Amino acid sequence: MAAEPGTSRSLAAQIALMLIIILFCVFPFYWMVTTSLKTQVMALEAPPVWLFEPTFANYVTVLFEDGVLRTLINSLIVAVSTTTLAIMLGLPAAFALARFEFRGKKDLWFWFITNRMISPIVLALPLFLIVRNLGMLDSRITLILIYLTFNLPIVIWICTDQFRSIPYELDEAASLEGASQWRIFRSICVPLAMPGIAVSGIFAFIFSWNELMFALVLTRNNAKTAPAMAVSFMEGYNLPYGKIMATSTLIVIPVLIFALIASKHLVRGLTMGAVK
Amino acid sequence: MPATTSRSTIFAFLGPAVISLAVIGIVPLLYAFYTSLYFFNLTKLKNARFIWFENYGSVLTDPVFWEAMGRTFRLLLISLPLQIALGLVIALVLHRPGLGFLRVLTRLSLVLPMATTYAVVGLLGQVMFNQKFGVVNQLIGFLGVEPVNWIGDPFNAFAMIIFLDVWQWTPFVALVLLAGLTTVPGEVEEAARLETKNWWTILRHVQLPFLMPGLVAILILRTADTLKLFDMVFTLTRGGPGSSTELISLMIQRVGFRAFDQGVASAQAIILLIITIILAQLYIKLLYKEV
Repeated sequence: MAAEPGTSRSLAAQIALMLIIILFCVFPFYWMVTTSLKTQVMALEAPPVWLFEPTFANYVTVLFEDGVLRTLINSLIVAVSTTTLAIMLGLPAAFALARFEFRGKKDLWFWFITNRMISPIVLALPLFLIVRNLGMLDSRITLILIYLTFNLPIVIWICTDQFRSIPYELDEAASLEGASQWRIFRSICVPLAMPGIAVSGIFAFIFSWNELMFALVLTRNNAKTAPAMAVSFMEGYNLPYGKIMATSTLIVIPVLIFALIASKHLVRGLTMGAVK
Repeated sequence: MPATTSRSTIFAFLGPAVISLAVIGIVPLLYAFYTSLYFFNLTKLKNARFIWFENYGSVLTDPVFWEAMGRTFRLLLISLPLQIALGLVIALVLHRPGLGFLRVLTRLSLVLPMATTYAVVGLLGQVMFNQKFGVVNQLIGFLGVEPVNWIGDPFNAFAMIIFLDVWQWTPFVALVLLAGLTTVPGEVEEAARLETKNWWTILRHVQLPFLMPGLVAILILRTADTLKLFDMVFTLTRGGPGSSTELISLMIQRVGFRAFDQGVASAQAIILLIITIILAQLYIKLLYKEV
């Protein structure tokens, strides 16, 4: 470790460490995908086999016989709708936080951070009772609205930061020409803030797509999302490991694509901007 | 900043977001507080009655509650130092110049654990840590270790949870620390490297001050996330065997949705909420300078 950079020994150590890191991160993922390509008999072989003839049978079965396709569609509808809604509601609020001065701004900020940290079980208990009384259990709309509790703060935070980075002179110039705040927001700031809006959308999508607690408590059948479905495979003995891993892979792939696209902003998003 | 913006304009921009967040985020909390003052069991709805703070009394004197709390903090106290130590090594390795392509590849692979759906991590744990046909036992078998009963043994199950938590969140810690390392001014670091070749001295005296904000963020967020942790443990052990992996979120979920005692569970949730609010306060005070 103490060797100076550039010497061949330290270079070799650096390469070795990086390869170990990659292996450590990728291996469980590799194991998930390969297990999903095994038949049940193969998946239950002890010790596990590494080389085998892959089959897509698990994917066909879970998608078209076990109803995972329907839950993936539910997940997609819920995640896309709640993300859209969060952006529609959150963008003007972010603009206000970036551009206007008003009392209570700090409290508002504090409230958003609290929402980021609050355990979902704290909300799941009362929401279950409320939603049950309203007769809205097992409905996608319920999930779409409830997911706003964590999506709205993240969208507002990332977009406020983005709006702040747009030079204020642009607003002033437009203002002199008689443009209203709404017009400045819509025609100048939103187009310039597109990168931030996209990143916040990706975050909102990932968080909604991954969510399990609310989906478990508030859905039964109609509105069941893919993670809740994956959990329901876990009942009884002789677990269908191949099927569970196929469903898991189907759940993880879209998240992974989005996360890699937004990888530069991952830290910023996960720390609510405290670390840039 | 314009001082001239009218209140109605501000309200028009902020109102929709704030009102919707209040309706779905605050109303339920008030309702949870209201429920927490009742004897309220979903299987004995006829017996529901107002009992003031009795639920809080029984929660605060309930050893099961404190055991779950203790377990949650034990997980944090074991996995966080591991995550920081490993994360620091990763950050230092990635901070060194050279090997551009391999570095990019390493950085991208760090995204994988963080992006994996928490529930899936638990399911994956089921497959990999299975005593008979799990790959973990096969791999340690190559080192001559006898197959370990991971899921069925209280101590091992907890170790498995620690392992998976470390797997999933070390990359996050590493990236936060890496972001801190890049804020060290280049000339300061170069000057220090001319003085000494000892990486520990440089870390301790030059880089550490720049890592502090990141470390504070990690400390508070990991605490909050461990208090939140549910999905991965639920899909892996459901809190078992016995109650050996029943963290606080799982315990509240069990009391509320499997024992149906909503009154007591709500009181537990409110206590958890208070802890969360304190953490969020700390986070704001220590990390945001501009607001």
